[in-house]
Parts: sequence; structure tokens; C-alpha cells
Amino acid sequence: MSNTATENEHDPLIPHGHQQTGRVGDRIFRGFASGAGIFVLVIMGAIGAFLIWKSIPSLQADSTNFFTTTEWFPDDNPAVFGIAALLFGTVISATIAMVLAVPVGIGIALFIAFYAPRPVASTLAFITDLLAAVPSIIFGLWGLAVLMPNMQGTAQWLNDYLGWIPIFDNTLGIYSKSLFIAGVVLAIMVLPTVSAVTREVFIQVPSEHVEGALALGATRWEMVRMAVFPFSLPGMISAAMLGLGRALGETIAVALILSAAFTINWHITEPGGNSFAANIALKWNEAGPIGLSALIASGLVLFLITLVVNMLARWIVSRRKDFSGAN
Amino acid sequence: MTVISPEPTRSPESRSISESLAGKKLPRWAPLATAVAAVVIGYGIGAAGSIFGLAWFVVAALLFLIGQTAWSFAVEGRRHAIDRLATTLIYTCFIVALAPLLSVLLSVITKGAGVVFTDFPSFFTETMRNVSPRKPGGGVAHAIVGTIEEVAISAVIAVPIGIMAAVYLVEYGRGRMAKWVSFFVDVMTGVPSIVAGLFIYTFWILVLGFDRSGFAAALSLVILMIPVIVRTTEEMLKIVPNDLREASYALGIPKWKTIVRIVLPTALSGIITGVMLAVARVAGETAPLLLTTFLSQSMNWNPFSGPQAALPTFVWDQISNGTDASVARAWGGAFVLILFVMIFYIGARLLARVFAPKAR
Repeated sequence: MSNTATENEHDPLIPHGHQQTGRVGDRIFRGFASGAGIFVLVIMGAIGAFLIWKSIPSLQADSTNFFTTTEWFPDDNPAVFGIAALLFGTVISATIAMVLAVPVGIGIALFIAFYAPRPVASTLAFITDLLAAVPSIIFGLWGLAVLMPNMQGTAQWLNDYLGWIPIFDNTLGIYSKSLFIAGVVLAIMVLPTVSAVTREVFIQVPSEHVEGALALGATRWEMVRMAVFPFSLPGMISAAMLGLGRALGETIAVALILSAAFTINWHITEPGGNSFAANIALKWNEAGPIGLSALIASGLVLFLITLVVNMLARWIVSRRKDFSGAN
Repeated sequence: MTVISPEPTRSPESRSISESLAGKKLPRWAPLATAVAAVVIGYGIGAAGSIFGLAWFVVAALLFLIGQTAWSFAVEGRRHAIDRLATTLIYTCFIVALAPLLSVLLSVITKGAGVVFTDFPSFFTETMRNVSPRKPGGGVAHAIVGTIEEVAISAVIAVPIGIMAAVYLVEYGRGRMAKWVSFFVDVMTGVPSIVAGLFIYTFWILVLGFDRSGFAAALSLVILMIPVIVRTTEEMLKIVPNDLREASYALGIPKWKTIVRIVLPTALSGIITGVMLAVARVAGETAPLLLTTFLSQSMNWNPFSGPQAALPTFVWDQISNGTDASVARAWGGAFVLILFVMIFYIGARLLARVFAPKAR
């Protein structure tokens, strides 16, 4: 693994000419490769730096608390804006999405990897792969035109029978354009991502583990629990992480479905709600200089949140490194 | 040496053990019978009670779940009951999830194909210039040109960088530096597309002073493409057997040539699939385009100057208009976009199959 070409430098068995080409070519190639790697770091640093730089004007102009204010009037004088409502809507819709999508996504991956008959499995895998790339704008259009009219009954049922749980209570009697529907659409959107990545991990589980468990008399579910899950846990977390990243930062579908409002409303089946990304897309073209800067500031917060989510997930993965799937 | 008797004596206990080795099982028709019973009872409850729409089906599913688990628990024991429960739930997951996914495709096809094919070539050859939102007509020619140019530019930039970064991580990267790169590739995967658009807007337009253009949009797509390509390529390079590398080194071949001629070709099918996935992903991105190039109703062949339309922003624009004719056009645009993505996916599959050195 670690025998780099530089170890060949003093190897008498390698003819002089070969050594020369090898060394120069290696140095150039290595330079390109390292450069590409470093480029990733530079980009990430630059994203943070430029967003901080350009969000400073609005943060200085803001006359209220940036984190606790729910209103958004950055171009007024004095500017009044804050991210509280955006943060609330983003977190709630992403939470609904993850609660629905992660178990179902893992279920789909299990079905394709271990339960479905082989010939059908490859076709089903192809379909999930295909749907992972359905653009968010199409999910948004579909959510608005097809799903929302059909979700009315479910939301109403939640209100009628689970209304004693405060979040399902609906005091308006209007069930459209809500965070709940946005969350369901987000769940459907991240579902293919979660299931496709999880399936890739499941397929890498060594067949010795699977067959060993079955040979010892485990039922199929016990095999999944004892052989598949421990091996693929980091991969499953990384799949959930990819899904969460997509749900947190999803712009267009949320912007289309929610009727953007700058309020904190725990009744998730009522119209309203907002998210960082949707707000940026909706306000971008009507924003003045301070407005743009304020939107960049809210984008910076979104960037930092996704950064923290990913770091947390990475930390969990690194704790279980002994199960990492690579050879 | 002990003599083993050819016919071991069987005590009554050992016989009962050997019979119990197979364990009691539910008959093969058990799931079907439970399902039929559950559907009948569920439908009955649905018809009798005040349950709306298809909810009786949910009731039937629950009855099936409970009925089968209880029956299995009584006959087969706890472990098999749990196994059957899990099997049912996993099948249910798949069916429940497939329904909305198929619904997305079907509604795009049924609502979009009509708009695209009523006046066949015109939807592909006309732009939205001078087309009223209230009237049908117009087309996506300008958006197709924009999408192809922007995606092509971003792929040209992102693919070499992504593959080389993956090569660095797998073949060269040791120590702290590689850990940081690997870590931030993961973090970059989670960068929301709108943040990529914001970054390019601040960097390229606010700071460097360029105008909004298709190229700026392509730059924001590069940021979304790189981590996808790095990750998929990295995964593929990792599963290239070390034997191949060692055999190449043993023949005195320099490392860079080993990577270019042995490692990358072995992983080629996976890399191409990854690139196609990345292309398909960014081709459908709307948010960064709205910030960096915005909308355009007319043809703009030059990606380096002026606003440029793209298929996703076309759909966004038409939905925002909100009139019947516009929403119909939005479905038409969605249909073309899906078609575009599908061509890439199926193309990726075919290429992967042609180049694959061996089955997975």
C-alpha cells in the first residue's frame, strides 16, 4: 500500500533511464493530485471567508438581535431582520423528512439487497438510482400540484385523532402549504439518496458474514441485525448524513410548497413556515444591497449548520472505524 | 478405539430433538390467507366506519401485520415471528416508497408529454421570447442550450479536479493533510446548492466584478460536482485490488503510470458512472442558477455574457407565472429535464457495461 515510487530511487535493479522517467513523471503527477486535493480545502475555506466578508455590512446595519428576531426587513432604515423563523422552519422540515425517510430508505435498501428476488433486484436498484437524480424543481412541482391536494386527508386525520399532540393541532382548518407537506416532500426527495447509498454499503457486506450468520441458524432478520448492520453502520450514517444535507439545504421544492411567512408556528400542518434556502431564493431579486448582504448572512448560517451536521456524522463514523468497508 | 455402533440407539428424548430440528413452520399459504382475511376485515371496517378514502387499506395492512405476527408467534416462536414482522415491514417500506416515486414520474409524463408533443418540434425549437404567459406556445430551445453549455463547462472543470483529488486521497494521501482533504470532501458533499450559488455570487460577481452569466452558473455547479466525483472515484479506486498495483510495481512501472494505465482503467466504469451521476445531479439544480445567471426568455448562445436560461429555471419561471398555460409549460419543461437526466443515467449504465472489466 505504502510503497511509493520514491522508494525505488536507490534500487539498483531499476535501470537508470526508467528511474528518471518514473521520478519526474511521479513528481508532476503527484503535484497535480495533491493540488486537486488542496483545491478542495481552498474552496471550503473560501466559501466561509467570502460569505463572512460579505455578510458583515448587514450584520452591522441590523438594529435587532440577528438570532432571535423573526422579521425580515433588511432594507428598511433601521434594518430589522433575524433568522429565528428561518432556523425554525429549516430544522422542523428537515426533522420531519429524516424521521420519515431514514427508516423507509434503509428498508428499501434491505429489500433490494437481501429480500427481493435477484433478477428483479437489479431493476429495482436501477429505478432507485434513477429517482435519486430527479431534480428538486420537479419534486417541487409535483408536491405543489399532485401531493398537496392528496395530503389534505392525512393532515386532517392527524388533527382529528392526534390533535392532542400540540404539533398536529390545526386551529385554522387549512391544511395546505404547510411545513408538514414540505417535510413529506423533502422525505420523498431524500429517500432515493438514502436508499441508494445504503444499498451500496449493504452490497459490500462480505458474503462470508451473511452466509455465516445464516449457516449458524439465524433468521433473515437476525442475519441483517447481526451481520449487516454492524458492518454497514458507518455507511448508513453517511447515507443519512447525505440525506440530511439535502433536506437542510433544499431550496426550490420548499420555496414552491411553503407560503413563506416569518413566524414560528409549532402547528406544523398549518400554512406558513420558511427556510434559509427558500428565503434566499424568494427574496434574492427584490433585495437591495443590505438585503443581499442579509441573505448572504443567512446563507452563512445555513452553511455553518450543514458544516456542523457533517462534522458530527464524520465523528460518529470515525469512532467505528474498525467497520469501515474499504479493503 | 471405540466401536461406533452402526445403529445408534435412540432414546425417546433424542428422537424428539431430531424431529424438532426442523421446527414448526407456518404453512406456505399462511401469508396469503392472512392477507386475504386482513383485506376483507379491513374493508369491512372501512365501509362500516367513518374512515376516509384509501385509509381502509392502512387498516388492512395493520391487521395483516398483527395477525401474521401473532400466528407465527404461536406456532413458530418469537424469533420467527420477529423475522416475519421485519420481512413484512421491509416489503411495506418498498411499496410505500415506490408509490410517490412512481407518481412523480407518471405525472411528469402524463402532464408533460402532451405539452411537448402537441406541436411537436416547436417546443424544442422555439424560445419564450415575446410569448405571453397566458397563452400556450413557446418552447425550451434557449433553456436546453443554456443547460448543455453550463453543465458541459462545469464538467470540463470539475471532472479532472475530482478524479485527481480522489487519486491523491487513495494513492498518495498520507498523514494529516489527506485526513483534512478527505474530511472536507465529505463536508463539501453536504454544502447546499444555494450556498454554492451564494459563494460564486460573492466571489465572482461581487468581488471580481463580473456580470451574471452562464459561466458563473457553471462555476457554482463545479462546487456541487467535485465532491460527488471525488467520493465515487475514491470508492472505486479503493476496491481496485492491491495485487494489480503490486504486479505493476514489480514490473518496474512508475507509480504515475501504474495509476494512469492500471488503476484508473480498472475503476473506469465506476468513475464514469460517478461522473454521469454528478452531471445528472447538477443538470437539475435550480437554486444556484437563480442567483448566478437568473432567468432569460430568449436565446443566449454565449455562456460568458448575460443571463442565460436553463431547464430548471425555465420550469421555476413558468410555475411562478401561475397561469394555466405557464404551468402546462412548466410540466413540459419538467418532462424535457427528466428526459435529459434519464439519457445520462441510461448512458452511464450502458457505458459502464461496455467498459466493465468484470461483473461486480
